[in-house]
Amino acid sequence: MHRVHIHEKPFQAWTLLEQKEQQFIQAGLLEQAANGAAATFVGTMRDFNEGNAVKAMQLEHYPGMTENQLEQIIDDACTQHNINQAYIAHRVGRIEPSENIVLVAVWSAHRKAAFDACRSIMEDLKHRAPFWKKEITAEGERWVTKNTQG
Amino acid sequence: MTIKILIFASLSEDIGVSTQSIPASAASTAKQAWEKITDKPLPSHCLVAINQQYAQASDTVAAGDEVAFFPPVTGG
Repeated sequence: MHRVHIHEKPFQAWTLLEQKEQQFIQAGLLEQAANGAAATFVGTMRDFNEGNAVKAMQLEHYPGMTENQLEQIIDDACTQHNINQAYIAHRVGRIEPSENIVLVAVWSAHRKAAFDACRSIMEDLKHRAPFWKKEITAEGERWVTKNTQG
Repeated sequence: MTIKILIFASLSEDIGVSTQSIPASAASTAKQAWEKITDKPLPSHCLVAINQQYAQASDTVAAGDEVAFFPPVTGG
């Protein structure tokens, strides 16, 4: 059962989350009654960055390594936090403003572990997962060279 | 036997190469593999992966390895 999914087309975060939760439960990878908390983060595309209007974005990744890194990031979160399960979905390809870029979901017995793990997965993803954004603006295309402050 | 080299994102555009194979005998470190495909120096901020795991440019490479070079990541 994959805990990571790279999407080449737009995805609906809440529909996907419901489907994935059911798959985890049916596969015996998530015990519903053991969960007292679920934390989710959804990152979407803005139509501005660093003072410019952004029309679209092209998101490149390293097939294989990206999935491996995301799985490792979830493994690390499971080691560091007392969580029951986690899931990451991430877009690649051409992305339009308002479309979802990333979904992180964490299930745990208590809220602190859920919030903390969700945050740490997201920060690790920002620093370790091989994705690269190129913004398409009215002035032309430009690679994003650094992450914004969390 | 060969070493497969992958270059991503702005780095690929900078040197005009995205994928290339070199004879395994041509390089014993990731940095030497880079030097086989371009005359441009390896940028200091560039990240290196060997067989899809983060590595150092000075790390050893061998026949059948996949070596990747890419700029700092900006996902999420």
